[in-house]
Amino acid sequence: MTVFRMPSLGADMESGTLVEWLVRPGDRVKRGDVVAVVETAKGAIEIEVFQDGVVRALIAEPGAVVPVGAPLAEIAAEGAAAEVAPAPPTPQPAVTPPKAPAGPTAAPPPQAGRVRVTPAARRRAAALGIALERLRGTGVDGAICLADLPSPAPPKRVPAGFDPAAMRAAIAAAMSRSKREIPHYYLSETVDVSAALDRLTRINAERDPPARLLPAAILLRAAALAIAATPEVNGWWEDGRFRAADGVHVGWAVALRGGGLIAPAIRDADRLALDPLMAALRDLVQRARGFALRGSELTSASITITNLGERGAASVLPVIHPPQVAMLGIGRIVVRPWVVDGTVQPRQVVTLTLAGDHRATDGHVGGLLLTRLAALLADAERL
Amino acid sequence: MSDASTTAERLTYREACRQAIREAIIADPRVFLMGEDVGRYGGCYAVTKGLMAELGEDRIRDTPLSESAFVGAGIGAAMAGMRPIVEVMTCNFSLLALDQILNNAATIPHMSGGQFAVPLVLRLATGAGRQLAAQHSHSLEGWFAHIPGLRILAPATIEDARHMLAPALADPNPVLIFEHVMLYNMEGTLDPAVTGVDIAHAKVRRPGSDVTLVTYGGSLFKTLAAAEMLAGEGLSAEVIDLRVLRPLDMVTVVDSVSRTRRVVIIDEGWRSGSLSAEVAMRLVEEAFFELDAPIRRVCAREVPIPYPAHLERAALPQPETIAAAARSLVRPS
Amino acid sequence: MSEAKVHLDRAHGLKLLREMMRIRAFEARCAELYQAEKIRGFLHLYDGQEAVAVGIMQALEPRDAVIATYREHGQALARGIAMRPLMAEMLGKLEGTCRGRGGSMHIFDRATRFYGGNAIVGGGLPLSLGVALADAMQKRDAVTACFFGEGAADEGEFHESLNLASLWRLPVLFVCENNRYSMGTPLGVAEAEPEIWRKAAGYRMGGEAVDGMDVVAVEVAARRAVARIRQGGGPHLLECLTYRFRAHSMFDAQLYRTKEEVASWRERDPIVRLQRWLEQAGHLHGDDLAVLGAEVAAEVEDAVAFAEAGTLEPVEELERFVTMDEVPS
Repeated sequence: MTVFRMPSLGADMESGTLVEWLVRPGDRVKRGDVVAVVETAKGAIEIEVFQDGVVRALIAEPGAVVPVGAPLAEIAAEGAAAEVAPAPPTPQPAVTPPKAPAGPTAAPPPQAGRVRVTPAARRRAAALGIALERLRGTGVDGAICLADLPSPAPPKRVPAGFDPAAMRAAIAAAMSRSKREIPHYYLSETVDVSAALDRLTRINAERDPPARLLPAAILLRAAALAIAATPEVNGWWEDGRFRAADGVHVGWAVALRGGGLIAPAIRDADRLALDPLMAALRDLVQRARGFALRGSELTSASITITNLGERGAASVLPVIHPPQVAMLGIGRIVVRPWVVDGTVQPRQVVTLTLAGDHRATDGHVGGLLLTRLAALLADAERL
Repeated sequence: MSDASTTAERLTYREACRQAIREAIIADPRVFLMGEDVGRYGGCYAVTKGLMAELGEDRIRDTPLSESAFVGAGIGAAMAGMRPIVEVMTCNFSLLALDQILNNAATIPHMSGGQFAVPLVLRLATGAGRQLAAQHSHSLEGWFAHIPGLRILAPATIEDARHMLAPALADPNPVLIFEHVMLYNMEGTLDPAVTGVDIAHAKVRRPGSDVTLVTYGGSLFKTLAAAEMLAGEGLSAEVIDLRVLRPLDMVTVVDSVSRTRRVVIIDEGWRSGSLSAEVAMRLVEEAFFELDAPIRRVCAREVPIPYPAHLERAALPQPETIAAAARSLVRPS
Repeated sequence: MSEAKVHLDRAHGLKLLREMMRIRAFEARCAELYQAEKIRGFLHLYDGQEAVAVGIMQALEPRDAVIATYREHGQALARGIAMRPLMAEMLGKLEGTCRGRGGSMHIFDRATRFYGGNAIVGGGLPLSLGVALADAMQKRDAVTACFFGEGAADEGEFHESLNLASLWRLPVLFVCENNRYSMGTPLGVAEAEPEIWRKAAGYRMGGEAVDGMDVVAVEVAARRAVARIRQGGGPHLLECLTYRFRAHSMFDAQLYRTKEEVASWRERDPIVRLQRWLEQAGHLHGDDLAVLGAEVAAEVEDAVAFAEAGTLEPVEELERFVTMDEVPS
């Protein structure tokens, strides 16, 4: 018996969302048969099997985000339907005695066949539809823990019946609350992004149009790193105090075609290199416009960025999305006369504006963020 | 504002306690302090030094060695309109007043159908670390935290030592303040901008992301030292100071553990039936599915605390043992 | 009537008699209600000791305070707590003195400064120090009467409290009701010095014993002691020699004493004794006693009806007052 795993469909593919199974347990399959549809950052892809046999079990369930290499199904060789299932491919984790020096009572030895799973991991695995028996635990006492599971939450489809009036009302409520409760301060800086755009041009020169990077990616990359270095602006104002976020979860404001605005989060944006970030951005914008965002993406942002893009205004004074404590506005990239090394040159510049919640931070902190961002954009080769 | 911040004086935890007592007695004619050796002697830990001379024998009262009588007297006086502060020299001696604390202070408001409140503050030194041997090294705050009707405070910082007394006196209920003996000499400054603290919430003393270390009182600084050791290894520990042992602020603890998903509870009390057991069980009740590792505890070893320094040290939580427990969760081998 | 001297005229004599009869009748009904399972828990009756509570209370003013034990129905009634809420409390009803939460052993009443029936032997003594201290510090001219049994004199709190009260000259009247048995243990088995009042000397405190079966003698002694306390004389220990006719509590086979002993003490019943004295003094006329008896019986029946008609505290209120939102004023 073999395990049919999530295939890697490209070097930058980390996981895929199982959309549907095209086979059922008991179905006979042969090499080359399409057995499932998987949604990737690049769209829905039909995946095929590479052996003949009978589908014994479907491990992953539709909707699950499955990392590359993780099990999708079990396929038995033809004629081997009655064979006894072999031991799991991964050995039972060795149980090491607890090492806490204060001497916690030693845990009882695991029962044979019992897989140790932490409560958090069990809940996430259930949500992702992942069979725990196939995973190898790296947690305490060999337990399967969160680190052994893919991180995204399962997709939650926004109901198809999108209601522009409801969205308008939601925006109205959030923005009114923001202006009512949040004492905004604003800081602005116009920075030269020619070097960063030059780098993009060089990268894109070798690529087909669909794989090219947009300026938004490099701006977002620089902003995420600057935010990571300025944790005071990254989090939420709750119950009269600031709660720092556990990662840089950038809400990216997306204007919807039917009107309205939505700012889903890119989680841990500071840990994504340019290409994955671009993929994430594309994916996010596409799904935002298709109302296919996950619930967690709509609620987990720790700071928001609005990027006006090519057709926008030259600068923007953002309105903070409560309970976040800051928002970064990026204006249109424009060519301006700029003094470089004592001479006036035409340069591509952009105006960055930070709106800060004065309850959580003072202008000094906001200024640090802008300074860091400008420095990162000036040294674009590092991005 | 800058004026105030430049005048921040250095003071000890002991002096912070004294300032708080002095301020409370001057501010309210109903407030007085009584206890063993609080007046002429100046307090076993010198907290009340000089106060009798300044405030008079009516407001700073030396009592005979009669814990039950003077704790009970404090309860009666509180029921009859006063706002007494009763110092029980150490929590070791509070056992002699346990009947009064449990059967009267904690029960009368409820038992009388709300006719009488007991707005009493008890101050008790607690904890080990001074080689005082088995009968003078108890940490009994966890016991008292078992009792409904009491509020239990454990000021660990100079700020809390300075500011917890006023809200404790304003509380209509009996409040027990456990001051760890190893903290009295600790020196620091007070933020002049802080003029009060709450006695309802735990506080994150150090933010972190890999593991939550929950502690209070005398173990706070050992735990912060452990967090520093861990930081040197690239592990980010969040340190929570419970501050209020009853009622427990589980919101802060659950919030932290929901982010770090791992927790070590550090408690100088004995492990069995301890406050650490209560915190752990509440986490199981309220945050089970957030946990990504077993809950660990670092408590006092289950022995009468011995006199020799090396054995006393071995019996108590230490930064090394705390760090090791945290490490075993974040980087299981 | 706060002077030390007692004017035992007809009116006062009848008042004392009525007060003792009220207690006796109230408790007789309680015993009945207990056996009918209307009253539960512990029920400690005061039967025989009525002269102590009634005599002491004559010396107290409304501004004074009282602390009592778990055998405190007598003190509660004599102090002026109305019979209706008292009976409701016995039945655990919301209309009781403590919303029914305390029951027989825990009568509290803020209005009459009745700081509780305390059911830990000796536990009320330290409280009395505090109430007296608060009164003294707030310059209230008040005395705290602290009732306890002779068994409490065995407890450490007795020593601690008398010592501290004397040291600080607190205005406390310590009333030791010596009924000769701490539950079933006779005095001589528990006390090295069975004359409790003599212990006062060890604290440089005034002490005396009085016939606790004689309400007038108790009143006289109490008035004298309270007057001295009010004049700044410090605390005083008054030992009232008395006897409970009934068992310690309802479930007590009384193996520790003989029927003859109980019968001999019944000869000295304080109510009968006062009746005879009033008759001999010509203060009790014609059907006085019958009228009194009928009035007391009617009051008890009214209280029972009130209590029976009472309501139970809603379970939703269970946790109310575990902690207080404010200090009642």
